[in-house]
Amino acid sequence: MASEEMEQLVRREYKQGFVTDIESDTVPPGLDESTIAFISQKKEEPQWMLDWRLEAYHQWLKMTPPSWAHLEYPPIDYQAISYFSAPKKPEDRPQSLDEVDPKLLETYEKLGIPLHERAALAGVAVDAVFDSVSVTTTFKEKLHEAGVIFCSISEAIREYPELVRQYLGTVVPQADNYFAALNSAVFTDGSFVYVPEGVKCPMELSTYFRINAANTGQFERTLIICDKQAQVSYLEGCTAPMRDENQLHAAVVELVALEDAYIKYSTVQNWYPGDEEGKGGIYNFVTKRGDCRGDRSRISWTQVETGSAITWKYPSCMLRGKESIGEFYSVAVTNGRQQADTGTKMIHIGENTRSTIVAKGIAAGRSDQAYRGLVKIGPRAKGARNYTQCDSLLIGDQCGAHTFPYQEIGNSTATVEHEATTSKIADDQLFYCRARGIDEEDAVSMIVNGFCKDVFQELPMEFAVEAEALLNVTLEGSVG
Amino acid sequence: MLEVKDLHVTVEDKAILKGLNLTINAGEVHAIMGPNGAGKSTLSAVIAGKDGYEVTQGTILFEGQDVLEMEIEERARAGLLLGFQYPVEIPGVKNIYLLKAALNAQRAARGEGEIPAPEFMKLVREKSAEMKMDPSFLQRAVNEGFSGGEKKRNEILQMLVLQPKLAMLDEIDSGLDIDAMKVVADGVNSLRDANRAILLVTHYQRLLNHIEPDHVHVLVDGRIVKSGDKDLALELEARGYDWVLEGSAA
Repeated sequence: MASEEMEQLVRREYKQGFVTDIESDTVPPGLDESTIAFISQKKEEPQWMLDWRLEAYHQWLKMTPPSWAHLEYPPIDYQAISYFSAPKKPEDRPQSLDEVDPKLLETYEKLGIPLHERAALAGVAVDAVFDSVSVTTTFKEKLHEAGVIFCSISEAIREYPELVRQYLGTVVPQADNYFAALNSAVFTDGSFVYVPEGVKCPMELSTYFRINAANTGQFERTLIICDKQAQVSYLEGCTAPMRDENQLHAAVVELVALEDAYIKYSTVQNWYPGDEEGKGGIYNFVTKRGDCRGDRSRISWTQVETGSAITWKYPSCMLRGKESIGEFYSVAVTNGRQQADTGTKMIHIGENTRSTIVAKGIAAGRSDQAYRGLVKIGPRAKGARNYTQCDSLLIGDQCGAHTFPYQEIGNSTATVEHEATTSKIADDQLFYCRARGIDEEDAVSMIVNGFCKDVFQELPMEFAVEAEALLNVTLEGSVG
Repeated sequence: MLEVKDLHVTVEDKAILKGLNLTINAGEVHAIMGPNGAGKSTLSAVIAGKDGYEVTQGTILFEGQDVLEMEIEERARAGLLLGFQYPVEIPGVKNIYLLKAALNAQRAARGEGEIPAPEFMKLVREKSAEMKMDPSFLQRAVNEGFSGGEKKRNEILQMLVLQPKLAMLDEIDSGLDIDAMKVVADGVNSLRDANRAILLVTHYQRLLNHIEPDHVHVLVDGRIVKSGDKDLALELEARGYDWVLEGSAA
């Protein structure tokens, strides 16, 4: 296929959400101690929380943004950002689906998003959404019966201060990195989950969360704690396109798994990637880390990343407990001018710890992406094992994929395997499918979905279906 | 059905076909033979629409339609189907999924709805059995980890499911042992009927012992230099291509 045809194929328009001009309760741009005090006060936080934020802020002032990633972007003016914006009032939101951009609804349709969720996702005022309210209530009751705490981080700080204080910042310390420090100082939203000992969370924490996440904040902080023998599957993000006037997003996610606990954390993210020149897209600088603190604990990250202008993200596992398991399954798709530097870190500390990394990168258009992975085996990690597989698929000839695997092996009994491939979406694969009568667009999505299979099968069922649909929508272009 | 007139094709500025003429009617089986590098595979690739081949002169008509104006998938949907010499592997895409997508694409082009799932399963099981393929092949990724013989059987399976009007089989016999050859040949023979034509591209005569052609053409240096019936293939086998070259030069 000629390369300009290929380029046309991959140059798809972002199926953007709606943009509304709504006045919000926003602080003026700028960051100093008074901004942080304002946020803390708005959230009705206790003094210790404010002190913690200020400590992070002072560390942040001494730090510089990281420059090692394979990314290019102009310096960010942190004084030009507004750090607090109150949620939209119900009367400012669309009152029913009839007021929502039909194109957005069409996208939901294509993605197969259940009817009762569409309204909430589109930002329709919640009391106008009969279905989602009842759904939410049912979920809340079920969780309460099981003893699972699931609420916003702000609510948790007020209602469960001991738990928050015990765990917050123990996985990602305040000064872990530049963006984590910033987040620690100014975070405004996010989720808190606590699953008590021996409890298997009765449902995937998904739909409920997605409804409530329709207006996610710029600096989210999520903390999930799974007590001994507890289990939870948590779904973050949404296949529906998300647009946000805030360009910089710096979230922190901390997971703590105690003895025999299992946390499965799945992300599907579809932030606005910017226009064809990459203007206006979201910068997504995220710190996600899981701590397998107890013996035989297990943390599994699965992510499908299709959005953002810039992605900087390395969900990691600290494998402290004996025989603990860390997993990372990732599909990253970049198109247009998108840049992504993503990967994982598996830090083997305990004996007989195991980790698996399966990373699939798909680059199209003029995008650029890097896989960056660290496998570190400490001196006490006898018998540790890692398996890493990184595959990159290039669509067209103007994109790039890079792999940076790092290994630090401090123990001779460890086994570390690494496999990496880079392939162009083969013209002969496309020709083969088309010569069977399948049109070009369907052939591309078929091949790409096949490439991602190993990762998609790790996603919870309903999410996997949506993820496949998302890839199809993402690669949907103007063929011919 | 198919009419190729004065076809000139270049690949990277090198002339491969230099004025090829070929007419195939419904119900006929044609075999194109010739030495390596004569342009045999180029002919079927150009008809199917593969990239990288430039037609500098001549026409290809299929049931009166100008094939060169059609997209690759349009040609397939019109009933022109190419069986590959080297079928590609598509990791993660189930064989059965590709078959169903292809069949439904062709049905849609004919204005028919999607095939109901039970009907499709029955069809595919039946045809796999004909090709002596274990049903587990349907659940495996397209051609991934298939042996040479399994790939070729899979190509014919696709033909049996898609029922093309003109089946073009490029070196379908290469890499087959005698048992696999028999299965493949039986599959191809089952496609033979009065409304369908088959174009075999082959280097060796042995395939033609199993699939008896109505017409045999010898392709040398981009042109058909000799045509005849099945006996021509036997004569080629006995006397080699040099004999044709001498004959045509004389």
